[in-house]
Amino acid sequence: MNLIARLKPFNTPLSLVSVILLIAVLTELLGISLLTRIVTVMFVSIILVLGLQLYMGNSGILSFSHIGFMGIGAYTSVLLSMTPTAKELTNSNLYPFLIPLHLPFLPSLLIGALVAAIIAALVGYPLMRLSDAAAVITTFALLVIINVVMVHWDRVTNGPRTLFGVDNYTTLWTSLIFCLITIFAVFLFKESRVGLRLRATRDDAYAAASIGINMMVMRWLAFIASAFIAGVGGALWAHFITSFTPYSFYLTETFVILAMLVIGGPYSVSGAVIGTLVVTAAREVLRAIENYVNILQIFPEGFFGFTEVVLAIVLIVILIYRPTGLIGSQEIRWPFRRRKAGSSEPSHSINQIS
Amino acid sequence: MMGGYTMFLLAGFTPLPWLVVAVLAVLAAMFTSLFTEMVAFRPVREKSLTAMLITSFAVSTLLQNGALLIISPRARAVNLPQIFQTSVMIAGTSVPWRNILTILTSLIMLTLLTLLLRRTVLGIALRAAADNFTMTRMLGVPANTVISAAFAISGIMAGIVSIFWIARSATVTPAIGAPPLLVAFVATVIGGMRSLTGAVVGGFVYAIIISLLGIFLPPDLLEFREAFMFVFVIIILLFRPQGLISSKTSVERVG
Repeated sequence: MNLIARLKPFNTPLSLVSVILLIAVLTELLGISLLTRIVTVMFVSIILVLGLQLYMGNSGILSFSHIGFMGIGAYTSVLLSMTPTAKELTNSNLYPFLIPLHLPFLPSLLIGALVAAIIAALVGYPLMRLSDAAAVITTFALLVIINVVMVHWDRVTNGPRTLFGVDNYTTLWTSLIFCLITIFAVFLFKESRVGLRLRATRDDAYAAASIGINMMVMRWLAFIASAFIAGVGGALWAHFITSFTPYSFYLTETFVILAMLVIGGPYSVSGAVIGTLVVTAAREVLRAIENYVNILQIFPEGFFGFTEVVLAIVLIVILIYRPTGLIGSQEIRWPFRRRKAGSSEPSHSINQIS
Repeated sequence: MMGGYTMFLLAGFTPLPWLVVAVLAVLAAMFTSLFTEMVAFRPVREKSLTAMLITSFAVSTLLQNGALLIISPRARAVNLPQIFQTSVMIAGTSVPWRNILTILTSLIMLTLLTLLLRRTVLGIALRAAADNFTMTRMLGVPANTVISAAFAISGIMAGIVSIFWIARSATVTPAIGAPPLLVAFVATVIGGMRSLTGAVVGGFVYAIIISLLGIFLPPDLLEFREAFMFVFVIIILLFRPQGLISSKTSVERVG
């Protein structure tokens, strides 16, 4: 078997990875600092959207708690990576035992992600038996709970105040590397035994149960993996932004990440990546327009919220006319060409998952 | 929120009497509700619940940021009649008129809604549609009309609530809808989504629990009251997914 044939099953992740790599190299060559910032945040967003896709795409259940786990990853990793002096400076109320903890970036990030995953494992297990509206409401409740705890546990998170003094470890290349790893991981999960079984429960829960698939366990594993990825994304984001509040991990961010996934296509890894690329580009253009209008001072009160309004409209239009997102349920492959109707893989749409 | 902004716009810029403004605010909320139903919810209604939920999230973001865009990110004052600021003495305690009016209004609304649901053709159609939508359609009930009516009713209720909610601070901000939304959400989930009794019971249970938590939680944990409330919501959903008061035809939510 030659190399090309061996790589064939990995066509999709390799295609996506090459697109991402190309963007990274171009960004580096252009060397515009604003562009580098945008692309770095975009890579982190891809990680977050992929994490959400891993759970939502494979299980067919919407989860609102994802950004909560991002917050857990962010706060945990930051508390480990900050220097003791910076910690004392930013939060004089911190638990004393937390102050001397000081680890390099990579272990902090991994522990942050691990803590998010452990919390997801503990609270997630009982939630996995619910589906439909109840499942969505419980994850929403979880997001509110995580947010309330982050806002009020000021001995850890500095409360509603801004936590500052985080060292900037996340560069274009660190976020790129984690982004590439995540693309492969999420793709491999989808194709793994667990991923396949989970997708079976999504398409027909009763048929899946009849061939001995334990839906709760499959969902639970995906939920944990998804929280781990969210934790990685949160840690990277925190070490890039370097100062944030608990409100950074609430409904606004949830809306953006969800919009990226739904616009791109929640049922494929390609959809998650492409959605993030498209929405990031669109948001930057819209924000530029917003700033420009603000500079012109056409509106005495300022011109805010335009980006979100357009994004919300696009999201609704996509849900109406293309419920499987821009990409649909099929993965992109190189060379890009339209597949014939009635191809081997049946297309699952949001319609069939009620 | 829409009701509040209409009040702000009308009361601020027109010389209309206050009561007219209030009625227009309620109507504005109703029409917004109807309009979003027709434009955003109707096309995705038959697709899936997930699509519906994402759509409602998008609509709420749209309305909030629309207000941010068109009006102002800052809080705006709303003119209200004096009665909302004054209090009366009842049995030695001072009770704000606002609270009395709120209680009276909710009683009236509850009575009207119960009558509507139990005694009118529309009410019967609404309850039938909630129980078994497909069967209801087969029996010749116009589905779109029924759902539109439901949205209109909820819009009217939300508009009336907005008057009282805004009376608390006499200002309106784009995010004003969030706290009452959470309360309504929790109360409905606790009580049971498919019955009016459930919603009322849910409202009381919510108020009782939040007050009890306020009294019995140690001061250190008092700030986490909302978190405890939502833990309670999750527990309710886990053990009684149909809510405390379930209707006879609740659908299976487990699995």
